[in-house]
Amino acid sequence: MSGLITVNISDMKVSESPAVFVTYALGSCVGVCLYDSALKIGGMGHILLPHFPEGSRPGRINRYADTCLPAMVSEMERRGCLRSRMVAKIAGGAKMFEMADGSGLGDIGARNTEAVKSALQKLKVRITAEDTGLNYGRTVYFYTEDGRMVVKSFARGEKVYG
Amino acid sequence: MPGQDLSGFDAAHLDVLKEIGNIGAGNAATALSRMLSLRIPMETPKVKILAISEADRALGGPETPAVAVLAELSGEIGGMMMFLLDIRFAGLLLRRMLGKTRADLRNMTELERSVFSEIGNVMIGSYMRAVSSLSGLSIRMSVPAVTCDMVGSLLTVPAAEMGKVSDRILLIEGSFAGSGFSIGGCPGKVNLMLVPRVESLKKLLDSLGILP
Repeated sequence: MSGLITVNISDMKVSESPAVFVTYALGSCVGVCLYDSALKIGGMGHILLPHFPEGSRPGRINRYADTCLPAMVSEMERRGCLRSRMVAKIAGGAKMFEMADGSGLGDIGARNTEAVKSALQKLKVRITAEDTGLNYGRTVYFYTEDGRMVVKSFARGEKVYG
Repeated sequence: MPGQDLSGFDAAHLDVLKEIGNIGAGNAATALSRMLSLRIPMETPKVKILAISEADRALGGPETPAVAVLAELSGEIGGMMMFLLDIRFAGLLLRRMLGKTRADLRNMTELERSVFSEIGNVMIGSYMRAVSSLSGLSIRMSVPAVTCDMVGSLLTVPAAEMGKVSDRILLIEGSFAGSGFSIGGCPGKVNLMLVPRVESLKKLLDSLGILP
């Protein structure tokens, strides 16, 4: 196993094999793992918010689903990946706090998940595994050798998506 | 003058927030002492402005488990405030309050949850009362919600709120020094995080007389 590539909040990275990506403690954020199995090239993004706000200064594109994902796909294409071969595995988008009715705080996770799905659909990238929603945090590992995603949590154990 | 985020804070602003933090912490320690029938001195809190990415490191690393109590603020100040407890300290509090020998924080009962909700209510309420009386602004707080999970995942909620405008948060780091709480080297460490909306922060600093 080669070195661990840590993807911080509002960050995105792409790497050839062998590589293991990790992003820690996703809450309402969504982690996206893109993979081209023919070249064994993978990418991971840690998305904080759904949509790039109009008029915002550029340079923060990896914070938003609708700007991070096109950039990640382009970076993979630049390395020779084909869009038709790319698949996505996604995790996160939890509702960390059960607030009283009428609060907008709780549903950011669901909006993030929705924005990630719609961005992937626009890019014509298929989702092959999903571990989203519910009410707990997730740490995500992603292995470029076989494209598997491993989701670990504090209270709900570990799940492997091959 | 602070700009769109908290990066423009200078020493004078921090001093004011620190002073509010002291008063709030003093109130909170008194209220908590009463709740627990124990005298709990609270050390002078440290007030820090941190990037969100630095905050989880300051709190022990993203995967460190913690109990968080989150309340939404409304009225003349909008935003949220989060109270974070070290998980061992949280366990001690439960034992003290409920007389239990062991609690499973991964699977809290309604009663255990309500204990943290009440403690958070006291802590956040004390701080907000200090802010309110110093600034003359009226602030309401919601019924707090309680979650126990990895600290990084808990922070994504204030991060998403602040992320619309800023990458920074205001962290008030407090420490209870009551002798009853120093079992097994448990640090009695608590953190309060104030996440005001940007327009609220300006209003707050303005009301405190520290904006030109």
